Amino acid sequence: MQRLDYLKESPSQTAGPYVHIGLTPNKLGNTGIYPQDLGESPIQPGAQGEAITIIGTVRDGAGMILRDALIESWQADARGIYPGNDPRGAADPNVSGWARIIANFDSGEWTLNTVKPGRVPFPDGRMMAPHISLWLVARGINLGLQTRIYFEDEENDSCPVLQRIEHRERVQTLIARKTGPGQYRFDIVLQGAGETVFFDL
Amino acid sequence: MTLSNAIDSGPLFSRDRDWHPAAYTPGYKTSMTRAPFRPLVALGSTLSEETGPAFGQSMIGRLDNNLILNFTGQPAVGERIIMHGRVLDEQGRGVPNVLVEIWQANAGGRYRHKKDGYLAPLDPNFGGCGRALSGPDGSYEFLTVRPGAYPWPNHVNNWRPMHIHISVFGSGFGQRLITQMYFEGDPLIARCPIVNTIGQQKAIEALVAPLDMNRAIPMDCLAYKFDIVLRGRRQSVFENRKEGM
Ligand SMILES: [Fe+2]
Repeated sequence: MQRLDYLKESPSQTAGPYVHIGLTPNKLGNTGIYPQDLGESPIQPGAQGEAITIIGTVRDGAGMILRDALIESWQADARGIYPGNDPRGAADPNVSGWARIIANFDSGEWTLNTVKPGRVPFPDGRMMAPHISLWLVARGINLGLQTRIYFEDEENDSCPVLQRIEHRERVQTLIARKTGPGQYRFDIVLQGAGETVFFDL
Repeated sequence: MTLSNAIDSGPLFSRDRDWHPAAYTPGYKTSMTRAPFRPLVALGSTLSEETGPAFGQSMIGRLDNNLILNFTGQPAVGERIIMHGRVLDEQGRGVPNVLVEIWQANAGGRYRHKKDGYLAPLDPNFGGCGRALSGPDGSYEFLTVRPGAYPWPNHVNNWRPMHIHISVFGSGFGQRLITQMYFEGDPLIARCPIVNTIGQQKAIEALVAPLDMNRAIPMDCLAYKFDIVLRGRRQSVFENRKEGM
């Protein structure tokens, strides 16, 4: 028989407690190496769409808020086009779409200032509800966790990804609560009661 | 479709979850409260995972990949090494323009981080991070010092083997990966609970960099080779089916 000559993906290892040294050295206080940290903001002045702020925490199975979590977010612009390599065309030039967000070293709270993304097609052509993709790493997490932020004030029922969640009550763990005009709350629970849905996408 | 477009788009190969470490690994205690207990919701990649931000050479400074000089301009203390390799995908193709970021302890095993209180001293000339963009064939290179082993609180006498943390950002957000590079011959590798979160010996070996005397520079530095493999992408003209077809 012939051989399938695929390589294997490099196996993951935890980001550990010192991930900030590598990915956000300026926010850690290690200044002077890079002029600025990458992923400071997913938008630049002039970005089209509704400006929103999402605030949240990451909690472990013992109810403790993580102080060492690092989250990256990736999203489309207000019309649902991804910056970078979206095969459908160019996105809003003032939306870069990607951010690196760290939990506050004292409170553990994280904040994302952005614009609300538009709907994006699922591979079969149906539309996914507006969402922001998250990738979460920290000490004790062996392989980065994938999840998504959806929005309470959007039509989520027809989203083909959310429809794949068998236990319907768990869909709520992916929906940011509106706390004021343009203000949302999204708390992530790693384990146990109210555990956030994580994806293998 | 050109070859570069083919690498840039298309559905991602699914992850082999038996090859990666499990989430819940009691030998590494912190994982016990941070591992999700519910199964992951699994489906194929979507545009949200297949796309990703573009990084350009203009974002990278001249000394960004030189950890020996990039903190103060004065040389850091330690065994000088080149760390080099290629970023590949699972089809074995070199992946260009991948953002490779690394961070590490200094030669004594101490991190420049407010949470690290190990008694080994900081090196005033070592910051501990670097970054590079892979070239057209996926190749990348860093100049640094070999990091020291260090103790960490887990079981009573656990020591991390010498290692460099690596973050790689391919062309799709779903390829995002962080891992660690270990050094050939280090007896602490087999004893490390974090290494041993990986179940398969072959997978562990994929993270051990061999000494590469062909890349070492005589009278200057040694070299270690470390290739990084990202999730592949499917390519098929049968790929673009609409609903119901
Ligand atoms: Fe480390």
